[in-house]
Amino acid sequence: TRGKSPLLERALGRPRSEVALSAFALLFSELVQYCQNRVYSVAELQCKLAQLGHQVGLRALDALVAREKSGRRETKVLQALLFVKGPVWRQLFGREADKLEQANDDDRTFYVIEKEPLVNAFISVPRENSSLNCAAFTAGLVEAVLGASGFPAKVTAHWHKGTTLMIKFDDAVVARERSLEGR
Amino acid sequence: NSELFTLTYGALVTQLCKDYENDEDVNKQLDKMGYNIGVRLIEDFLARSNVGRCHDFRETADVIAKVAFKMYLGITPSITNWSPGGDEFSLILENNPLVDFVELPDNHSSLIYSNLLCGVLRGALEMVQMAVDVKFVQDTLKGDSVTEIRMKFLRRIEDNLPAGEE
Repeated sequence: TRGKSPLLERALGRPRSEVALSAFALLFSELVQYCQNRVYSVAELQCKLAQLGHQVGLRALDALVAREKSGRRETKVLQALLFVKGPVWRQLFGREADKLEQANDDDRTFYVIEKEPLVNAFISVPRENSSLNCAAFTAGLVEAVLGASGFPAKVTAHWHKGTTLMIKFDDAVVARERSLEGR
Repeated sequence: NSELFTLTYGALVTQLCKDYENDEDVNKQLDKMGYNIGVRLIEDFLARSNVGRCHDFRETADVIAKVAFKMYLGITPSITNWSPGGDEFSLILENNPLVDFVELPDNHSSLIYSNLLCGVLRGALEMVQMAVDVKFVQDTLKGDSVTEIRMKFLRRIEDNLPAGEE
């Protein structure tokens, strides 16, 4: 490329500076309001937030893999999920997610549970008009991270034991996992 | 963490570029959102920083660069190019956290990527009765060697009534 920006030449070390939590909170809240002004329903709003989260996830993934995993991607479902729960969360939100669980009745469904997700920390939602709000952003982020690592999944956010992200892997992912185990 | 902030901002700008037809409108929208943030941010800032009232524009410049930027973005811009009348100065940003990982595509040459910052500064200062003109005059994203924000004091806002909110 033409190397227009010297920023792009910089080594991909750890991020240098810390940004205040309130800076993020204010930006995020403005983002939510902007989206809200352009949609007609809560479902649409969540969809829009998920799209934005998607963008963030896609971009965060490469930097994280390079830094935390020295460039190696995960191939097993469990490892990929632990990567999301651990390094991804630590790097982006400052701490690990609270819990990772698998559904009893379904081997393609997993849950990432967080008591107090960062994105909801500063946002009060009138419960009557919104079943859920901003964790949709995180759901989109996780969906992008998993999808781009080769584990296509559907990720949705729910109010359950705090906020729960429900991860439903595509059948193909489960089938591949079985064939890997069979060997 | 600064990366979540940076990437979230990037997602926002990308979305705005999709939603609006030309860069001017994106700049305007970024400024407006920044203004809204600034109006709320000043409360947070005054509560947390224990900074008293600034007596002149020079003091204001110091507080902005050394306290506010440090507190919110973790950087300390330098202050240069004072106008003889003391009503205009420049902030030179070494590392603008908003622009990490960013490369402007050629078809967005008039996009002012970090224009949100101008809105924030304008909104926050307006809440302490200062009307100030804020704009980017140099930007590393556009190939300049430094990023420079020019601030110009316009007038003191006399009455205490909140100005019309956008």
